[in-house]
Amino acid sequence: MHIAVCIKQVPDSAQIRVHPVTNTIMRQGVPTIVNPYDLFALEEALRIKDRTGARITVLTMGPAQAEEALRKCLSLGADEAILITDKVFSGADTLATSYVLAAALKTLDARTPIDLIFTGKQTIDGDTAQVGPGIAIRLGCQLLTYVSKICELEPTARHIVVERRAEGGVQVLKSALPAVVTMLEGSNELRFADMPGMFRAARQEVQRWNRDSIGVELAQVGLKGSPTVVAQVFGPRPKAVKALRIDGETPDAIAEAFVDKLFADHPHLEDAMLEHLELLGQQGVKP
Amino acid sequence: MSDSLDTAAKPIKKPKRVLPERFKSYKGVWVFIEHEHGHVHPVSWELLGKGRELADKLGVELAGVLLGGMGEAVRELAAEVGAYGADLCYLARHPVLEDYRNQPYTTGLTELVDTYQPEILLLGATTQGRDLAGSVATTLLTGLTADCTGLDIDPSDRSLLSSRPTFGGSLMCTIVNLATRPQMATVRPRVMTMPARRPDRPLRVVEHGLQLDESAVVTKVLDFVPDVRADKPQLPFADFIVAGGRGLAKPENFTLVTRLASTIGAEVGASRPAVHAGWADVERQVGQSGKTVRPKLYIAAGISGAVQHRVGMEGADVIAGINPDPRAPIFDFANYALIGSAAELLPALERAFARRLAEARARRAQAAEETV
Repeated sequence: MHIAVCIKQVPDSAQIRVHPVTNTIMRQGVPTIVNPYDLFALEEALRIKDRTGARITVLTMGPAQAEEALRKCLSLGADEAILITDKVFSGADTLATSYVLAAALKTLDARTPIDLIFTGKQTIDGDTAQVGPGIAIRLGCQLLTYVSKICELEPTARHIVVERRAEGGVQVLKSALPAVVTMLEGSNELRFADMPGMFRAARQEVQRWNRDSIGVELAQVGLKGSPTVVAQVFGPRPKAVKALRIDGETPDAIAEAFVDKLFADHPHLEDAMLEHLELLGQQGVKP
Repeated sequence: MSDSLDTAAKPIKKPKRVLPERFKSYKGVWVFIEHEHGHVHPVSWELLGKGRELADKLGVELAGVLLGGMGEAVRELAAEVGAYGADLCYLARHPVLEDYRNQPYTTGLTELVDTYQPEILLLGATTQGRDLAGSVATTLLTGLTADCTGLDIDPSDRSLLSSRPTFGGSLMCTIVNLATRPQMATVRPRVMTMPARRPDRPLRVVEHGLQLDESAVVTKVLDFVPDVRADKPQLPFADFIVAGGRGLAKPENFTLVTRLASTIGAEVGASRPAVHAGWADVERQVGQSGKTVRPKLYIAAGISGAVQHRVGMEGADVIAGINPDPRAPIFDFANYALIGSAAELLPALERAFARRLAEARARRAQAAEETV
């Protein structure tokens, strides 16, 4: 069994600076991590490896420094790592990203057939949740998003049963391999890398693939292959009316003054609050 | 949503891209009507409200798109599509579409788009909407902007302007899709205002027959386990919210948020750092990567007010911020500024609200006695 895990290196903090002229992210100096949702995907793959001895390949599209994120995955137990990197891939939106990742996965599949593709439900920097579905469509695989649990996996019968978070409940779905599975947060608990794993990761080669390795059309990658374009970046503007500052000598004085002012300005709030508390009381919720 | 996050002061600089001839005939605004087990997700109605505005600016029709099983229930939902502002409803019913599954819904929605050619297609940024939007956009090879907090039309070229937070939620950006159609966007629940329901509005229903085959659909639904409503916080629909952030400094201090919340009958919310620190459950996270809320009162304790949080709660009627730093961004959009430590002010607020509510209760009881 061969599992591919698609990950992304993301900035660690919200303290990201933007270049004032080019409006692009200034990556220098911002600490990076593996997208936390992707780690749930990797852990799920590692658990399958523990049970079945599956082989795990991690892939990412990104700049040269994304190699660091791949090494982290190797230290946790992935067998092979591929960095898909090329100047022409930069500036990609989700459509162009899924095109490159799907092309890389096809190349990998031709070498060692892939049974399952895992990825996180979304990234913490883009928050789009669109690349997983994009990969599935481009590869003609089954798509299983927001998966909280893998109930059954039969590599020989080639089927998979999962629990999927749907609106208002959980769907239990039975599907076929190969499938793209996007994992929900909290679906498992991530292991720590051990010393042998870290040493192995430091020594191991991270393969580098470029546009020629995966045979892509230049018109479909990077900025050129992205139908969506950022037309402007802007900071939020303060509201026209400034916040009313509540003053007082002590915290209690401030609190009293605030509550009086709040209910004086918005008398309906008091009624709404009392009625709501009464309702909660009737439902047996202790106020 | 207030317009402070909708547009920038700077003019929009669009890249030079030409819309190919074959897309020029694409007309109309569509909203995908999401439903599961006979209930339409409220985000679909909210999108019809926004869609109405966009369609009117463009001078085109607004349509709801409804895919579902053969039961009469789906046809009844179609009538509602009109009540919330659509001019017409594209209705595609087929036994294969009984439950939501990615493959047949992608096939169905893609065929409808190819047949009737809308210029804009909006979906809710829910688990269903995001699953479907990503698949349909990739199938159509068109642009899709996720989790928009603002949508508008550029009158100069009729293009859709989609705003959303960017760079980890520290700034906003406006995204355009100039060379493909439809222009697709997802919007999260509670971001747009719910339009008034007017059952008397006229509606045209266009029934579209889809050729689908169950044997060709690989994924099967084995079961659906509905959530037990009570054990999930209902943040998006709460009238009162007390939320805590990193400024609380210690996990023990988060209980002060919970205590004030229970005194005033509020739900507990949290900022992303507070959730990441493990002080609150991820279900309680408010902001771009959490829930969007529209309460009557939102008390933000120890929350700085970064864009990523702001977009999730700016729809609140009244916002009170508690922060020791008078220059914290939260005070740029709060109605009341309580300058001080949240650890001291939260217990003080608990006492003040308790006193005030007890007085109000006593006044009410007395008034009730007098009328008897």
